[in-house]
Amino acid sequence: MEAFYEWARVLYETTGINLPFIYDSYDRGRMIDGFFMTVKLSVICLFFSVIIGIIGAWLQNSPLKWTRRIVNGYIQLFRNTPPLVQLYFFYFAISTLLPKVTNEYGGQEPILGGFTWAVISLSFFAGAYNVEIFRSGIEAVPDSTIEAAEALGFTRLHIYKDITLPLAFRVVLPALNNNLVNLVKTTTLAYAIAVPEMLYEANQIWSDNVNVTEMMIFMLLTYFVLVGILVWGMNKWERALKIPGFGA
Amino acid sequence: MTWSDDQPMVSIKDLHKSFGALEVLKGVSMDVMKGEVICIIGPSGSGKSTLIRCINALNDIQQGSILVEGREVNDHKLDKLELRKKVGMVFQQYNLFPHKTALENIMMAPLLVLKQEKAEVEKLARQLIKKVRLEGKEDNYPGELSGGQQQRVAIARSLAMNPDVMLFDEVTAALDPETVNEVLSAIKELAQDGMTCMLVTHEMAFAREIADHIYFTDRGVIVEHGPPDTFFDDAKDPRTIEFLGQIL
Repeated sequence: MEAFYEWARVLYETTGINLPFIYDSYDRGRMIDGFFMTVKLSVICLFFSVIIGIIGAWLQNSPLKWTRRIVNGYIQLFRNTPPLVQLYFFYFAISTLLPKVTNEYGGQEPILGGFTWAVISLSFFAGAYNVEIFRSGIEAVPDSTIEAAEALGFTRLHIYKDITLPLAFRVVLPALNNNLVNLVKTTTLAYAIAVPEMLYEANQIWSDNVNVTEMMIFMLLTYFVLVGILVWGMNKWERALKIPGFGA
Repeated sequence: MTWSDDQPMVSIKDLHKSFGALEVLKGVSMDVMKGEVICIIGPSGSGKSTLIRCINALNDIQQGSILVEGREVNDHKLDKLELRKKVGMVFQQYNLFPHKTALENIMMAPLLVLKQEKAEVEKLARQLIKKVRLEGKEDNYPGELSGGQQQRVAIARSLAMNPDVMLFDEVTAALDPETVNEVLSAIKELAQDGMTCMLVTHEMAFAREIADHIYFTDRGVIVEHGPPDTFFDDAKDPRTIEFLGQIL
């Protein structure tokens, strides 16, 4: 490891290619923190956005007219506005309406921090798409299959949980895959509300070192690998869920 | 409102059913006693399937009465779960759950709906697999089975709920000719065991062999009914005679 750090230092001294996040322990720490912040933000948002998608698609078929309207209103609102505007809306507009708490130094601070708002905002953003994705899968499940479950006395919840959702899931995985890839990329917007994720930390480093070119190349490659891992995992999962004789 | 064996197990009186402006059933009445096997035959669109789908409340009813073991089906306070525990149904398109193996298809309803012990349910399911002669296919998915095999799984799945009456909705209509017999013999054994059966069928020879009573429907009414020998050899109504003339 030390040799690698040293190599980066020599690289800088000999060629001018500056990669301080390798040779400089402070910058390295920032970059690693940023990386894990991005992973944490992605994983939490992936989880909640899928939960929102599943619950939303269930509520979309509610017998209650107003429940359906609220779900559809939510989808329209979050699909038809830019995610950065949503993030600012939560962080600057909603946050100021909430009560403040006193921090350990005796100062006043918002009850929810930037990270929490990023999770809420991005989960709702991706969740809106997920509702529609799950809906398309649910609609692909034949009515006759549902009818067979009804004839066996299944409750609405059991039908959804044990029949509709497992079948719909297999249909929507490619589309879900797409949206989750988008979500991971969209976590970079959290930069705008100073969540110290990877792009934010990269910006800190290039401000100190004036090495924007190197940092941007590094960012591009890192996100490429990160999203690649997600896609690889999703494809593997898709194959694992494949049922003999079902689907194409 | 106590029901006993000497009263009809299924009693239909003046049943009317419309889909929008189209009246499909225009006053149908019939009684089915415990252990009886009845066949409903008739041209396409005469309301046969609609009729038996009303019995387990898959279709709602506009007017008239259906009593299953003395309990009214045409009642908005109807406990559909209780009804469906008593009434089993097998469909034309089998409608198995494609993401579950043959054995799991059979086990699902007793586990989820009746909340029975898993070990007990599995024992029962294996017995039923044997009963419909599908030993060795327990772990196959529906997509890996032929139509006739799938339909026998569907019969076993319905029997796992231990119903008092079985409804068969054109269960051989989608099958290859060479697999029709394996399904028919499964039904025949069931009838011989004393199961109350109501079948919609186009298999005239089978109906004649198995049925205690035959109903002929045309344009939403029962035109003629009687024991098989009388019905097939000595039909009175010109519409029955014409229909039998076309298909026999």
